Amino acid sequence: MGNSSSMLTQYDLEELQTHCQGIFSQREIVALYERFCALDRTGKGFILSDEFMAVPEFALNPLAERLLRTLEGVNFKEFITLLSAFSARASYEHKVEFIFRVYDSDRNGKVTMYDILEVLRDLSGSFLTDDQRKQVVIQALEEAGFSEDSALTYQDFLEVLNKAGLKMEVEVPVD
Amino acid sequence: MSHEKNTIRYPRVESEMDFSRDPLEVLEAELVMEPPKSELTKMLLSNLLDISPILNEAASAIIDDSFTRCFKSNPPERWNWNIYLFPLWCLGVVIRYGILFPVRLLLLTGGWLIFLACFYPVHNLLKDHDKLRRKLERGLVEFLCGAFVASWTGVIKYHGPRPTSRPKQVFVANHTSMIDFIILEQTTAFACIMQKHPGWVGWLQTLPLDSLGCIMFNRNEAQDRLLVAKKLREHVENPESNPLLIFPEGTCVNNEYVVMFKKGAFELGCTVYPIAMKYNKIFVDAFWNSRKQSFTQHLLRLMTSWAVVCDVWYMEPQTILPDETPIEFAERVRNLIGERAGIKMVPWDGYLKYQRPSPKLKQKKQQELAQVIIRHLEEKFA
Repeated sequence: MGNSSSMLTQYDLEELQTHCQGIFSQREIVALYERFCALDRTGKGFILSDEFMAVPEFALNPLAERLLRTLEGVNFKEFITLLSAFSARASYEHKVEFIFRVYDSDRNGKVTMYDILEVLRDLSGSFLTDDQRKQVVIQALEEAGFSEDSALTYQDFLEVLNKAGLKMEVEVPVD
Repeated sequence: MSHEKNTIRYPRVESEMDFSRDPLEVLEAELVMEPPKSELTKMLLSNLLDISPILNEAASAIIDDSFTRCFKSNPPERWNWNIYLFPLWCLGVVIRYGILFPVRLLLLTGGWLIFLACFYPVHNLLKDHDKLRRKLERGLVEFLCGAFVASWTGVIKYHGPRPTSRPKQVFVANHTSMIDFIILEQTTAFACIMQKHPGWVGWLQTLPLDSLGCIMFNRNEAQDRLLVAKKLREHVENPESNPLLIFPEGTCVNNEYVVMFKKGAFELGCTVYPIAMKYNKIFVDAFWNSRKQSFTQHLLRLMTSWAVVCDVWYMEPQTILPDETPIEFAERVRNLIGERAGIKMVPWDGYLKYQRPSPKLKQKKQQELAQVIIRHLEEKFA
């Protein structure tokens, strides 16, 4: 994949399609590549945090910094793999895996109450006290049969999250 | 109402500012009323952990966002792709670069020489005849702009009454390139407010444009704003000054969209005359993408194309309504310009090209998300 040219060969496209398990169509991959090149202003082959934050719509998202930890420095292959969770063709399991990884920042496969509190702090900022956050998280855990000290796994996430309620679909604009 | 106990859901918080709907109204509309089921015990945790709407917004912004679209130069459709059209296109290139360009360059150089030969004497020798001097200087600047327009074979259609010099008036226009100023200046010697530029453009700004009463500013200096506001006010109150032209977007946009207007022009207590400009991309895209090319490169591109086609509409004057804030007034005028030029409105501040969005926007979203939880806690312990 030439990093200075903005053209993907047919060979590249097929390789990328296999890499993301056929979730994106070839047209979508081409469109995403154009977008990648637009975000990667200096044509390095990866996108810096600053370049992501130059998109105002992204910069004002409460989870932007958290997502940057996984997003920054990615090359195009990793870029589309990460974004494939947001395709309509991605499975429920795939989407939940993405959500799980957002919570599990230390990648140990377990999400504790503190991990949940961290994300909740990102979401609510200074508009909730730590006590209020703790209160609602403990209540939620206990009602669902867990405790303060429980460590949720990916399987737990699959069971707890509601398949029908998940709103994780972004359309890739193709011309 | 008792069902709401276990249903906190993170709403799809709109990332574009929606001035019409109260955020709490949006939240209430989204609160889900679920009948009791065996999964009720897991529902609170489920809703708490489900950050999918917020993640979705982030992914949506990464994949495509309306702000970046405003500054994209869209490449034209390639039409020279077959055996008949390609030679024609090659012939076109030869004519444009080999014949048109040198002729235009000569015209422009000629225009510049005449301008310089006349401007300096007029400026220095007629110091005591201020009115005459200013009249001549205005005429000379209009002439120079005419030379510029001729150098790209500008096909400009002006609609509506030409601007006249009157007290307490300000002209506002949408902005695509610095050539906007040249096109408008050709018929009327406006005084414009502009960003200080380096290079030969900066030189132009020092003497000739200064003589018209143009006001320079530096968008990177925060204190500059108050100083500039003061200068603007002085300018419009002076009956001798040239009509004032302001580009409220504050930056060049690709002529498909119009970004938010800055309120400076709308709080001067003047009548606002909107001007809408729309370029026809048929021969060349007139959008000056200042990140990708310098102004000189931009001009060269225009000079090696067939023509620059543009429509200029001088629109009806607008005054601020009694119950309108300057921001609302600006929005109203922006609407009028967008409609006339046929370009789409986006709710972004043009300066986001140079700076990050204010943290207040993120805090607004955090507050809305926090509200959902606060309401849940209040209901639970009411």
